[in-house]
Amino acid sequence: MTAALVAVQPTTTWYLVLAAMLFTIGAVGVLVRRNPLVMFMCIELMLNAVNLSFVALAKNLGDISGQTTVFFVMVVAAAEVVVGLGIVVAILRRRPGTTADDLAELKG
Amino acid sequence: MLDLVWLVPLFPLVGFVLILLGGRRLGDPKAGYLATAMVALSFLASIGVLAELWSRDPSERRHVVSLFSWVPVGSLQVDLAFLVDPLSITMCLFVTGIGALIHLYATGYMHGDPRYSKFFLYLNLFVLSMLVLVLGENLLVTFLGWEGVGACSYFLISFWHERESAATAGKKAFVTNRVGDWGVMMAMFLAFEAVGTISYGGINAAAESGALSQSTATAIAMMLFVGAAGKSAQLPLYIWLPDAMEGPTPVSALIHAATMVTAGVFLLTRVNPVIEVAASWAPTLIAIIGLATALFAATVAVAQNDIKKVLAYSTVSQLGFMFMAIGSGAYVAAIFHMVTHAFFKALLFLGSGSVIHGMHHEQDMRKMGALRAFMPVTAITFIIGWLAIAGVPPFAGFWSKDEILLYAFAKSPVLYALGLVAALLTAYYMTRQVVMVFFGEARWHDAHDEHGAHGDFTPHESPKVMLFPLVVLAVLSTIGGALQLPFAKSLHHLESWLHPVVEFGEADIGETWAYRNKYLLLVVAIVIALAGIAAAVAVYVKKRRPPIEPAILEEGWRYDKAVSDFMGGPGRKAFARIAWFDATVVDGAVNGVARLVRSSSAGLRRTQSGFVRQYAALLGVGIVVALVWFVVIRGII
Repeated sequence: MTAALVAVQPTTTWYLVLAAMLFTIGAVGVLVRRNPLVMFMCIELMLNAVNLSFVALAKNLGDISGQTTVFFVMVVAAAEVVVGLGIVVAILRRRPGTTADDLAELKG
Repeated sequence: MLDLVWLVPLFPLVGFVLILLGGRRLGDPKAGYLATAMVALSFLASIGVLAELWSRDPSERRHVVSLFSWVPVGSLQVDLAFLVDPLSITMCLFVTGIGALIHLYATGYMHGDPRYSKFFLYLNLFVLSMLVLVLGENLLVTFLGWEGVGACSYFLISFWHERESAATAGKKAFVTNRVGDWGVMMAMFLAFEAVGTISYGGINAAAESGALSQSTATAIAMMLFVGAAGKSAQLPLYIWLPDAMEGPTPVSALIHAATMVTAGVFLLTRVNPVIEVAASWAPTLIAIIGLATALFAATVAVAQNDIKKVLAYSTVSQLGFMFMAIGSGAYVAAIFHMVTHAFFKALLFLGSGSVIHGMHHEQDMRKMGALRAFMPVTAITFIIGWLAIAGVPPFAGFWSKDEILLYAFAKSPVLYALGLVAALLTAYYMTRQVVMVFFGEARWHDAHDEHGAHGDFTPHESPKVMLFPLVVLAVLSTIGGALQLPFAKSLHHLESWLHPVVEFGEADIGETWAYRNKYLLLVVAIVIALAGIAAAVAVYVKKRRPPIEPAILEEGWRYDKAVSDFMGGPGRKAFARIAWFDATVVDGAVNGVARLVRSSSAGLRRTQSGFVRQYAALLGVGIVVALVWFVVIRGII
């Protein structure tokens, strides 16, 4: 490891920027992709971007409650994955190759 | 014992519940005996309370028994409380006493009726409601009983509801009474607004201390009078009472002559301080309405041919006398007449029931006559009742009617003079009835031979169980006047008994011309009564003159017809207009709102496209807009 790299100390801003980038990737993914499975993964990306910013800010502010919140988010996300993936798999199994736009049966 | 006053209404309640649960199993006649026993026990309980009350000092003869807090809402605190005082106990005694006699009579009269136990179920419920009415310590408890007796009256008038006329009469009574109930409710609201309580103690104390303004007192008194006029069948709300004769005769005797119809008189006596404080035209109006009713009903009674209709109009007329007494400030006289009237009118109704029973349900007096030989006990007791109501001394009705006329004279000689006319007519039409039913030639042979319905037909005397109440009531009608004899202060038993209750409102007539000449008035009353009887004898026995029975009187001055014509013509049109207004404007507004919501939501529905990605985009845009709003424009953070 070179001295130049050692001198570089990552700050909270870095993590927040990374979180913002991850969130943007996820949000754009949800908006532009039509494959339900990919959209689902993009939502997970957004959730984890938020988790990252929580952890970064918690460290920066020295407040443990931000990290605690992350645990809650992870638990809820895990539950959500179980249900969501179950639905996605069921849909794809019945209608292979379907896209999110095809699934518009609930329109008003 | 005073704290046990709840026993008085408890017994009829027990009877009601028992018959409700096991009435059909008890059947005929055990259900009737049970009901009679319960009312008799209630009478005994009333006597117990009376004895205790009697032993107290007159100024302490007022006791409130609060069972539980009934309606605790903010500043409106209404207890289910009973008020024991001379007035309520007097009412209890004659309601339960006469009630028990009529129950006993009904066990014989209703014998063989398919709905025998149901009849006694209603009768016990009626007695219960009436006792709650008279014992209530505040307007709401009284109103509970007030509505209860109204409902029982409806059930019992239309007891034989297979008959179209009975069902209609029941409905008519119910609807007419609603008008009066409106008055009582308004009075209750006004009292709560003005005094902050609806207990009699509170209202009367406010009136006596001057805390109640004259205008409010007038409004409360008038609203209560509307209620009383509905329940006690005064003009213009009397129309239900004559039709109420469609009910079985014991019902007519108990509810529509002796007890329920006196509720209005009772209520006004109860609030006598309020009437005293009210503007002077209020009691005058009450007296005038009473007098008009007394005269009106007496003229109608002259031309009725149905044995019960005569008595019905006579009841309306006598109630008019009681209202005249109240308007003249003669509360004791009103209660006195109420009690004696309960005696002799119950007697007359039960007697007429006995006649109807013996004549196989014939009610037309033109098809009767000469019945005294066939039903001697009924005839003798009926004749005693006749003498009592006609105002012949020494029978009860004479003393009470004379007392009312005395006070009426003190208020205004015009009231007295017209009251005498009503008394004359009373003697006339009652004599006419007695002559047509019990004397003259028997007219029932021809009537029944023509129709051939009964073959050989002879009227028969009623069973002993029906005659016993007649005899008791005849005795009471004879000696009832002893409650209050005019000869000396020490003989004014009822007055000294009721004194604590009516002290404030009772008119003081000691210094008037009428009072100083009361023996002259007594003589005039006797002359008038005898003149009425003599006139009727001349017309119906000696047949010196043809009877004056114009059709307009037989139809009750066509008042009923005028009401139905008005309501059927202009009234119906007016209501059709109101219905149109309701359908177009009121419903239109409601439907318009619904239509607006539907059309706007139809537009909004398009945003729900079903494309998940579009939702996500809208969500994102929304978050951005919200952030811009809070951060940039509102400047938060």
